[in-house]
Amino acid sequence: MKKTPLYQAHLRHGGRMVEFAGYALPLQYTSIVEEHLAVRRGAGLFDVSHMGEFLIQGPEALAFLQWATANDAAKLKVGRAQYSMLPNARGGVVDDIYLYRLAEEEYLMVVNAANIAKDFAHLKELSRGFAVELTDLSEETALLALQGPKAASLLQGLTDADLSQRKKNDVFSARVAGRPARLARTGYTGEDGFELFLAPEDAEAVFEALLGAGATPAGLGARDTLRLEAGFPLYGHELTDDTNPLCTPWAWVVKKEKDFHGKEAMLATPCAEKLIGLVLEAGIPREGYRVYSGDRPVGRVTSGGYSPLLEKGIALAYVEKGAQEPFFVEVRGRKAGASLSPLPFVPLK
Amino acid sequence: MDIPKDRFYTKTHEWALPEGDTVLVGITDYAQDALGDVVYVELPEVGRKVEKGEAVAVVESVKTASDIYAPVSGEVVEVNTALEKTPELINQDPYGEGWIFRIRPLDMGHLDDLLDAAGYQEVLESEG
Repeated sequence: MKKTPLYQAHLRHGGRMVEFAGYALPLQYTSIVEEHLAVRRGAGLFDVSHMGEFLIQGPEALAFLQWATANDAAKLKVGRAQYSMLPNARGGVVDDIYLYRLAEEEYLMVVNAANIAKDFAHLKELSRGFAVELTDLSEETALLALQGPKAASLLQGLTDADLSQRKKNDVFSARVAGRPARLARTGYTGEDGFELFLAPEDAEAVFEALLGAGATPAGLGARDTLRLEAGFPLYGHELTDDTNPLCTPWAWVVKKEKDFHGKEAMLATPCAEKLIGLVLEAGIPREGYRVYSGDRPVGRVTSGGYSPLLEKGIALAYVEKGAQEPFFVEVRGRKAGASLSPLPFVPLK
Repeated sequence: MDIPKDRFYTKTHEWALPEGDTVLVGITDYAQDALGDVVYVELPEVGRKVEKGEAVAVVESVKTASDIYAPVSGEVVEVNTALEKTPELINQDPYGEGWIFRIRPLDMGHLDDLLDAAGYQEVLESEG
């Protein structure tokens, strides 16, 4: 199992280590619910160093990214970031990603840890014929996510950057706790917050400085409940190589007016299913549980769990396109009533 | 981990506390700690006849769902309805307020087949 640069720090802070995408990472330090609420009400700090980072440079970097990603990369000004997807030739999703424009001809792509090798091979293949250079920086990059309504004020005390001048999706360089860092006002919790790209040797000092300033260390458990409550997809669950993103609530990512790899196949694939959010009357839905419309099985839960804010079980589920309420989720042989919920499940800023 | 000496235990981390002709059942401190935040408890119906080792209740934490087994055969005579509103009692007080159900065993003597505190301690040590 691989270790992130913060492995020793996790042990020191009581992290319960589990394996995730080949890395030893903390599932929780104290309690998933407490860590979740710390992010919704204060500031939580995650080690997301397992995620992959690719540098994309060259005179045709933009042209390549327009071809390889579904969102409109041309909209990105230097110092800005966007959520996007890598479509495959069948119009499915290789991965969902975050794209940062660092300079005129330089971009950083952050990808899911489990997909690093697959994504890099895919991009390498697509980059043939483009004047572009791809570099996998995953092993040389530590990544922290400081998330929550108090993230900005907490971080301000440790950096020379004026954070009040930085908007959502800005990316910029600054010093944090005296260490050089690339900061982005991004995250995957539905809260305001920052992600900090660091050299591995600086990660522990910055991690400790942020905890010392009052951030709550938070693990993978809270990261998952936060993204689920925020109604965000998780690759391998809501998005896969066979998912047509146009059939999901994240169809907005796909910009049909531009040309991209896999576009024709994506547009030609009809949606047999739709993705919905469900809130259960009782019980906790889990991945794979069957969803019913009345007595008829119509789909399955792709992500399920507990919402600490609603204090109820919530789920993302794929169901037949025409499926109507009343919905039920089969929880260990019993059908639990489930009401349709807009996404996100809770009001977020 | 706290293991009170006043009760019996199972290898599946339930405790059984004799009270008159009934037995109170819950999960151990070790079990609640391993599960993490308990957020939902599925309680059995009062009056249900259960066999030793039968799954009687379900404790759901944020992470996972865990079956709770009957430590002895008998009839469920009471359930802890407080857990419907405050399932976290299982984390806060696993040996007290966090009890789950009460069984009237067919035979109180069957409790002798269970582990005592020292025996349960050994189970935990073997699980590392």
